Amino acid sequence: MSSIRSYIRANGMTSLLEVKDLVIKFALRTGEVTATNGVSFTLEKGERLGLVGESGAGKSVTGFSIINLISKPGYIASGEVNFLGEDLARVSDERIRSIRGNRISMIFQDPMMTLNPVLTIGTQMTETLHQHNPQMSKAEARAIALDKLRKVYIPSPEKRLGQYPHEFSGGMRQRIIIAIALLTDPELIIADEPTTALDVTIQAEIMELLMELCETEDMGLILITHDLAVVAQVTQNIAVMYAGSVVEKGPTAQVVADPQHPYTQGLIAALPQSSGHGERLNQIPGMMPTLKNIPPGCSFNPRCPHVMEVCKQQVPSLRSGKNSNLAACHLYPPEKDNPSAR
Amino acid sequence: MTDALLSVKNLYKHFDISGGLLDQISFSAGRLHRRRTLVKAVNNISFDLQAGETFSVVGESGCGKSTLGRTIMGLYPPNAGEIHYSGNRIDNLDHKRLLPYRKKMQMVFQDPYASLNPRKTIRQALEAPLRYHNPNLSNSEVKDRIDEVMIQVGSDPQWISRMPHEFSGGQRQRISIARALVVDPDFIVADEPISALDVSIQAQILNLMMDLQQQRNLAYLFVAHDLSVVEHLSDRVGVMYLGSMCELSEAGILFENPRHPYTQALMSAIPKLEGGPSEHIRLKGEVPTPINLPSGCVFHGRCPYANARCTAENPQLLSLEDGRQVACHGVEEGRF
Amino acid sequence: MNRLDKFRQSFLWYSFKRDKVAIACLLVLLILVLTAIFAPLIAPYNPYDPEMIDIMNSEIPPAWEAEGGTEFLLGTDSQGRDMLSTMIYGMRISIIIGLGAVALQAVLGVLIGLFAGYHGGRLDAFFMRAADVQLSFSYLMVAIFMSAILQAVVGVAKFGEIAIPFLVLVIGLSQWPQYARTVRASVLAERKKEYVEAARVAGFTSSRIILDQIFPNTLSPILVLSTIQVANAVMSEAALSFLGLGMPIDRPSLGSLINSGFELIFSGAWWITALPGLLLVILVLSINMLGDFLRDVFNPKLYKG
Repeated sequence: MSSIRSYIRANGMTSLLEVKDLVIKFALRTGEVTATNGVSFTLEKGERLGLVGESGAGKSVTGFSIINLISKPGYIASGEVNFLGEDLARVSDERIRSIRGNRISMIFQDPMMTLNPVLTIGTQMTETLHQHNPQMSKAEARAIALDKLRKVYIPSPEKRLGQYPHEFSGGMRQRIIIAIALLTDPELIIADEPTTALDVTIQAEIMELLMELCETEDMGLILITHDLAVVAQVTQNIAVMYAGSVVEKGPTAQVVADPQHPYTQGLIAALPQSSGHGERLNQIPGMMPTLKNIPPGCSFNPRCPHVMEVCKQQVPSLRSGKNSNLAACHLYPPEKDNPSAR
Repeated sequence: MTDALLSVKNLYKHFDISGGLLDQISFSAGRLHRRRTLVKAVNNISFDLQAGETFSVVGESGCGKSTLGRTIMGLYPPNAGEIHYSGNRIDNLDHKRLLPYRKKMQMVFQDPYASLNPRKTIRQALEAPLRYHNPNLSNSEVKDRIDEVMIQVGSDPQWISRMPHEFSGGQRQRISIARALVVDPDFIVADEPISALDVSIQAQILNLMMDLQQQRNLAYLFVAHDLSVVEHLSDRVGVMYLGSMCELSEAGILFENPRHPYTQALMSAIPKLEGGPSEHIRLKGEVPTPINLPSGCVFHGRCPYANARCTAENPQLLSLEDGRQVACHGVEEGRF
Repeated sequence: MNRLDKFRQSFLWYSFKRDKVAIACLLVLLILVLTAIFAPLIAPYNPYDPEMIDIMNSEIPPAWEAEGGTEFLLGTDSQGRDMLSTMIYGMRISIIIGLGAVALQAVLGVLIGLFAGYHGGRLDAFFMRAADVQLSFSYLMVAIFMSAILQAVVGVAKFGEIAIPFLVLVIGLSQWPQYARTVRASVLAERKKEYVEAARVAGFTSSRIILDQIFPNTLSPILVLSTIQVANAVMSEAALSFLGLGMPIDRPSLGSLINSGFELIFSGAWWITALPGLLLVILVLSINMLGDFLRDVFNPKLYKG
């Protein structure tokens, strides 16, 4: 992966998405809290990236911030979100609206939140198309909608266009959401826990579909989830988040097989698949701090089995571990020259 | 068979969702009909559970696994069938005569945010069932019992006067388990007890449940959809589909070599950490509604091996030589 | 941490501190209620004491009018009673009837709502249809009937003595469906929650589950409804008294005071109607606005951005 990156850099091509030192804060009545603290990652064209973490790690907020959808009292305090060289954290509302839902689409956990229950699927799809291209004729819009429904393998799409969201099962609804996300041929899809509400057999189908579409349509995918196993199946790269920071990132297979950060190690060891039948699981003691009381130094230090004195004072930067994974951990010597890039 | 702690025999649970009389009446072919709409959530389920054993019921949403657990707990009256607890039939008992069994059978729920009353302190939540079942306990005995279970579930007895909203999801789930344990049960129905929790907290709660099982010789009926968790802690597993039990076996045997076509599809869909994208068995169509159950085998519409017999005749659980039970005509006939 | 500290940290107190209108309303309401409670100490005259009333003093305008005197700050009514004292006593009666009627409504409605909502089925259907029927009658019509019959049976003089319990009963009985419906709606939401199932697994009886477990969780909507219902009951009482079906003129409530001055309004004695009317408006408005404030706090869905 890194060789592709250096090739791309050397040839002056811009990455699809480059998030740099993103700091998101929430102004609450009890004071200001930091939801993400300097998150950085890069996504190339057609790349699939998994953003993994437990609830409250800041992974959803990071996803929302890419398309500037953080609702008050949250705001982007500093950092950049470069989408094909354009900093989305700084552009006008009008500009972001022309990108959001058009060149960057989003898929959420609950399809019923996105679908309007009183409009047919066809109406919702053609209206989305009209919003981004008012000149498009009805027949054209319908043809595109049908095409996208076929792409997500909805049987008899002509009939389905005239139906309402409640006439579909949960898995079918999520397929329709994906079809709607595809309507404008986006370059990037952000999927926030897209299968958490679904059964395993349906989850497997949706994930397979997402992967296939990313490949055939050359789309980038940011998959936000708590489920390491799902990320391991679908993505090429992983960024693991803990208490608002990326603590480890690297190629998926390598992060899963040989994690470098103690949190990632603990997370993988805690999965039932990692222990023998009936054995005690390796548990990480304690729980993730809330945003209000993140400890000084490394945010993981109170739960870390390898904690040292320096961990309680200094926030570790991302650095190479024993393999090419980057881990924010004092166990490894820091890289002086280029701490946050990869 | 008589030494089983819990024995469920041919249990049925149907829900009437037809609403009021006016909603039920329909007019067709020149006549008025009264039509009832039944959700056939649990159909002809039988199994035994030994003391100290973990029996897991797995299946996808809507397969009736939660209804099964709740029916056994007496939260829903069964429509047919029998439930025996240590040899005594309990499904036909009235409120008073059921009370002694309430102490022995307890339940842990899925949502730690809804399973504790938001207006009651932890002390109230734990004391109420203890005093209700043991009216003769003195105040100091009650306090000792509560301190003991709080320590056992890994919570600080000092927290007892706090309200539920002051705790995290994992802590609440510990307190829910403490509430179940405080009356000293032998059997706990755990309805998706970890699916609302984060991964690192899931491991803590699973360890706690396994420790408690060893200390107290608890039997668990573990209702779950997460197959890797089920594989890890179950002694035996029952796979449910659309209200019916399709395969029932020891966990090791089942996960090694599933025989029922539905079990095979379910197992193949489990995302694995390593080895990249895996081939999973694609099922055609979708789960039918439990209102109009398919004729014959409930799975025949989606089964790759279904034939004429499967559409007509409902397969019964059949014991194989490795001890497992499978409800499948194809397995019986050796077709695959 | 004691209860006072907890309250100080609550969202209710936080929002209250930032809501100037709510603070002003509560202040006004507190002043009015305290004045009503301590009426015998505060009011300069006792309007119920015939010895203090002189018919020669009738229809004296308020002190700031040319013909007014300092003796009667807000003037006198047609019988020579001091308006200020009569209004304070009248407000006292209005508040007593309002609170009494709401207490009756609440007890009836909450119990019916709790049990109907929890048990469902026929019990629920019966009470909810009864509530529909009840609400399709105008309470004014019922009150007119009943008070006419009662006045005929016991005589007008006797009616004056039992007017307060009568009004409490009429207003209380006619408005219980509001409570029953509100409580039933929250019971339907609560009874699906797992803590209720946990209570059933523990073997508690259904009455214990309803009263001990579910009831505390329905208190917020009950509190919000109660403020609005008190205001409504005060208004209902005033309306009935204005129509001459409520408090008699020798023990006037705000409504009967407004009524008594109504026929004199064109002869220039405007204050006999206008001043009690103004007091009624202030009383009801401050209760209603406090109710709105509570509803906003307890129902974040209505949060105004």
